[in-house]
Parts: sequence; C-alpha cells; structure tokens
Amino acid sequence: MPSFDLFLGPNGWGKPLLSAALMTVALSLSGLAVGALFGAVLAHARIGGGLVLRSLADAVTTILRGVPDLLVIYLFYFGGSGLLSWAGHAAGYDGFIGLPVFLTGTLALGVVSAAYQAEVFRGAFNAIPRGQIEAARAAGMRNVLMFRRILVPQVLRHALPGLGNVWQLILKDSALISVIGLVELLRAAQIGAGSTRQPFLFYSAALVLYLVITSVSGQVFRWAETRSLRPFRRA
Amino acid sequence: MDFAFLQTTLLTLLGGLPLTLELAVSSILLGGGGALMLTLMQASGSLLLSAPARAYVFVFRGTPLLIQLFMIYYGLGQFRPTLQELGLWSFFRDPYWCAVLAMAMNTAAYASEIIRGGLGSVPPGALEAATACGMRPLLRLRRVILPLAIRQALPAYSNELILMVKATSLASIITMMEVTGLASKMIAETYRSIEIFACAGLIYLALTLILTRAVLLLEWRLSTTRKNGTPA
Amino acid sequence: MMKTGFLTVAVLLATAAVATTGAVAQTKPTAITIATEGSYEPWNFTSAGGKLEGLEVDLANDLCARMGVTCAIVAQDWDGLIPALNARKFDAIMASLIVTEKRLGVISFSEPYAPTSAAFMVEKSGPLAKLPGANSTVDLGGDPAAVNAALAPVAAALKGKSIGAQTGTKNTDFLDSYLKGSVTVREYKTTEQHDLDLQAGRIDGVMAQKSSLTALLLKPDYKNYTLAGPTFVGGVFGKGIAVGLRKDDATLKAMFDTAIQAAKADGTIEKLAQKWLKTSLN
Repeated sequence: MPSFDLFLGPNGWGKPLLSAALMTVALSLSGLAVGALFGAVLAHARIGGGLVLRSLADAVTTILRGVPDLLVIYLFYFGGSGLLSWAGHAAGYDGFIGLPVFLTGTLALGVVSAAYQAEVFRGAFNAIPRGQIEAARAAGMRNVLMFRRILVPQVLRHALPGLGNVWQLILKDSALISVIGLVELLRAAQIGAGSTRQPFLFYSAALVLYLVITSVSGQVFRWAETRSLRPFRRA
Repeated sequence: MDFAFLQTTLLTLLGGLPLTLELAVSSILLGGGGALMLTLMQASGSLLLSAPARAYVFVFRGTPLLIQLFMIYYGLGQFRPTLQELGLWSFFRDPYWCAVLAMAMNTAAYASEIIRGGLGSVPPGALEAATACGMRPLLRLRRVILPLAIRQALPAYSNELILMVKATSLASIITMMEVTGLASKMIAETYRSIEIFACAGLIYLALTLILTRAVLLLEWRLSTTRKNGTPA
Repeated sequence: MMKTGFLTVAVLLATAAVATTGAVAQTKPTAITIATEGSYEPWNFTSAGGKLEGLEVDLANDLCARMGVTCAIVAQDWDGLIPALNARKFDAIMASLIVTEKRLGVISFSEPYAPTSAAFMVEKSGPLAKLPGANSTVDLGGDPAAVNAALAPVAAALKGKSIGAQTGTKNTDFLDSYLKGSVTVREYKTTEQHDLDLQAGRIDGVMAQKSSLTALLLKPDYKNYTLAGPTFVGGVFGKGIAVGLRKDDATLKAMFDTAIQAAKADGTIEKLAQKWLKTSLN
C-alpha cells in the first residue's frame, strides 16, 4: 500500500507529523501559560485598576477581540523584535534583540488568548464571596498571603471550565502560527502535501491528530474539574 | 509617520471590504441554516439522525478552521474527476465558494451548540404553563420557546458572528483578495508590513465594533427590562 | 548577452573589493542564519522527513564553509522573507530571490549566483498548449516595439484565461503590467499551491521561473504538463538570483560576494545546477 510507506517507511512522514503534533501541544501549553500571565494582568487592571488603567485594559481587550488573530500574529511577528530592540535601546542596551520563532509563536498565542483569559479570571474572581476577603483582612492576612491562600486556589477552581474552553481555542489558533514558519502540525501537513502532491491524505492525517489532541486534553480538563470539586462533594 | 502612505493603504484595503462582507454574510447565513438543521437532528431523538450530527459537531469544533479550509480547497481538489462527474466541480473550482463552505460548515457546528444551550435554558415551568394555557406546539415555539432561547443565546451568538467576520481573513490564504489578501499583496510590493497590517486591523476593528453595537441594540430591544434601561 | 554578463561580474568584483576594504571595521560574524522558502523545487524544498533540500540549500552550505561560518538554514514563508530579514529574524535570504530595483530600495544583494527567466506551464491537452511564441525568448528590457509585437499574440491567446503566480514575485508583476485585462491573475502563497491548483484544473496555467518548471516537468507527476509560449528575460525579471542581505550588513555582503565568486570559478555552482536543474545555468 503506497500510503503505508508514505507514512511509516524509513523516510516516511509519520515521524515528522508526530513530532509536529508534539510541537503543537508544546506551543499551545506555553501559549496558555503566557496568556494566563497577560490575562491576569488585564483582569487585575479591570477589577482593581483606576479609571486610566481600566480604560486602557478595556481598549486592549476591544482591540484583541476585534482584530483577526491572523493579523495579530503577523503584527507580533514583524513588530515584536523591533519593539523589543527599541525597549532594550531605551534601557541602555545597544544591540538588536531577536526572538526565536517558538518564542514569537508563544507570545503571539499568549496575546491572542489574553483577552479571553482575562474574562475567565474576572468571572472566577467575582464568584468568590466578598465576605471571605473581608474575613481574611479581619484575620490580619497581608495581601500576598491572602492572594496565595484565599484567591488563587478558588479563582483557579472557578476558572477551570473557562480555561478548558480557552485551551481549545489556543490549540486551534496554534495552527495559525504555521504562517510564521514554525513547523507545527498544520505546517508539517502543508509541507507533506506540497512535497507529495497528496493534500487530501496529509490534511486528513493532521485533522485526525488535531481531533486526538483536542479530545484527549478535553478529557484531562474534565478530570481536573471533577477533582477540584472533590472537597465540596457531600458524602 | 507617513500619513500619505497610511491613507493610500487604507483606501486600497477598503477595496477588499465588499468581498470580506460578502464572505462573512454568505457563510453566516448558510452556517445558520446548517446550525438549525444540526440542532433539529440532535433533538430528534432518533440515533440515526443525532449520532451523525454529534460526530459532525465533534469534528468541526475539534479542529482548526484553517485545516478545514485546506481540506476543502486543496484536499478535495485532488478529486476533480469524481466531482466533475457529480456535477459539483463548478462549485469547488471557485475559491470563493470553498471559503464560504469551510466557514459555514465551521460556524454551523458552533452555532448549533449555542442554539442547543439557548433551548436548554428555557425553564420547564414556562413550557408547562404554556401547555396548560392551551397553546399548540407551534404557537408555544413562537411565543415562548424562541423568545426565551434567543434572548439567552444572543450574547454567545454575537461572539460567534464576530469570530466569523474575523475568520474571513483566512480566505486570503486560498487566493481571495479580501482585506487581508490585499494587505499581503501590498506588503509584497512595499515591504512595509507593520503599517499595512495596522491599517487592515483598523478596518476589522471598525467592522466588529459596529457589529457589537448592533447586537447590543438587538439585545436591548429583546430584553424584558428595556423600559428602565437605555441602549448601551 | 555574454559580454554584459562578464561586465557585470567585473563591476561587481570591483564593488566587492571596495566593500571589503570599507567594511573591515565591522566584526566578522562566526554564525549566521540563512532563510529559504522550502517549497520551490528544485531550488529549495522540503523532502520527506521534513528536511530542507535543493540547489540553494547545498549552495548555502558550500558558501558557509567557504566563509568559515557555521550556518543555520531556516524556512520562512515567501511573502514574509524580506520584512523578516529587515526585522532581523535571520541574516540572509537564499530563496531564488531576483535582484530588482524595487527590492534594492529595501535590502541589498550579493553578486548574483544564477541568471533568471520566466515561462508558462500548462496542461498538454489544454487550449494553452499551443500558446504562440514557443522556443522564442522575449527580452523585456529590449526594444519596446519588438516586445509589444511578441506579446500581442500571447495576450490574445490568454484572453479570459486564469494564470496562477506566487504573490510578491516578478511573475505577478509581469502579469499585472504586461497582460492586464487579458488574463485573470490568481495569487498564491507558494508555488506548490499553484501547482496543486493547476492539477485540480482551477487555473489554466502558472507562471514561474523557467529553470524550476523545467525540472518539475521531468517528474512523473507532471507528465501531462508542458511549457508554453515564449521565455521571458530582462526588464521586470531583473538581473539574476542573488543572496538578499540587510542594507547595513556590508561585511556579510563582502563575504558572500567572495564566496560566490569562488564557487563560480571552481565550477561548484555549475555542478549543483547539473545535479538539481538537470541543465546548465549558462
């Protein structure tokens, strides 16, 4: 069977496709982490910031939600290094700061998902009863301790379902990172399709791998959700 | 800043706006029809109808739109003889229809979930009350279920609409000269990526802002408390 | 033709010499990154297993060895090559990049390592297989009257047809400026994509570099396709293929110029042309 050799032969495309799938997972995971950071900052600005900070965060959110992700990724790719160098220059460093393509992809995914993550965190924060925060203050907890003991565990729990959705979004958006040259799953399929003139076969293979990744990780999130609710289950 | 260049860029890119809008409107309408069909199939109670619908939603929500687009355009392009025999080739030959089909099929999956959520939010008590008042199923659907479900689903659906408008930018990858396609062409000619992408971003931003406002207005009109509020 | 080629080389040699002496102050790099497109067979493409291969990949490795630098070769989408070079994503482009006035406005070029010409590829059994002007060469930089006379029948035969070409190449420039109103131009991100669309029958022909098309036509996948119409050189098709470099990178330009001259002189480039293009470059 020719397609058997094509994928599993000694010079087959199976291995590059699989490692590209791993790249998709790695890229999405780091995108999720960076996006969580950006998102937390945005959420913080929208909850606790002054008027200026709040409107700034609103503006950023509006832009991120209104501009196609493809454009954000392109802008980040071409503009990112220039901006970094400019910032480095202002800080007294006089060289050029380049970014490896994986890092660019991570940052782009982080930025693209930040607005969604901010919404998730804001909703989760609002779900914490105000009384708990007042109680923590009354018990003499300082901000950091309160953040660590009261806010983070609960925000994370309330945020889990929302984060699961964001994760699926990031996974699918990671396909767009193919346009800046990172060999993730879609690009590997594209390369294979172009090289062998078998687009149907290669896109089908990638489609199946995407389905595996999204459904397995979906299960993981559901498991985490059930687990995080365990202390609250009545016997 | 080179304002003359920005102005030319903006004017050139606006030339792609009609195509962007056409792509968005056709795929939203087609996708909406598909979504209704999927919802009906899932609600039918027959496994023969609901299982394929569920599989469809699973596949289209579980994979990136870009790969769906490539699959329909390049993947099916491999089967020209078969498609010609079936008389479908004139449809698949055209990148416009391939883009519309990919986006419509994609949004149908998401929208059917949104509709399902909206229908699920209708309280059983409201249904019972309607039946108790002697409403027939069709009247009940029109007067009770749909208004309640639509009001519930509208925010999520407006998000989906915005995502669709933004998704039209992917059509540039299969040779469509809409706003992003024109931007890519301009960049290939002038190499000024940042200014051009920023102008393109501005156009999309304006589009999505108008859309958001329009939906908010609709939400306000549908809301039960509108006598006390003003549109946002 | 031969004579001007020789003159160009001589002039470039002289400028290279000047550039070398002028650029000693810049430190010589020890490691560079070269970008290619990775989907333009046989110049640069990605083989089974995802490895970059092709004439330009071999040449890049050869040139790096000559320059005494370690080099990494990366793939980058065609339409992002020049912006990304200037954004310092990499140091040099070797992707069948043709030297043109417009590109010289934003980047600099090494000495050319290959000449260039463009042609149409169409289906053998299709209506365009008999495109007028086969086996003739049209020099777009030559006498405008002769160019128009040669183009008129081609334009007439192409009326109402659609031709695919890669965005941001000289091929789209040519179609836009010489055959506007006659053909529908469809622009693609990669040449592989327009080849797929030609095979799918969505377009009637493609325009690309002749060397690349000739090599493709040797493959069994392309047995139903053929070159058609005249070969186009000069004018918008520029002054040959060269390494694209940042304008401020005089040191690297001097290094590439010296290495390319050496590779030409000892027959390395000709050998690579025989290996990949199955034809001589001259």
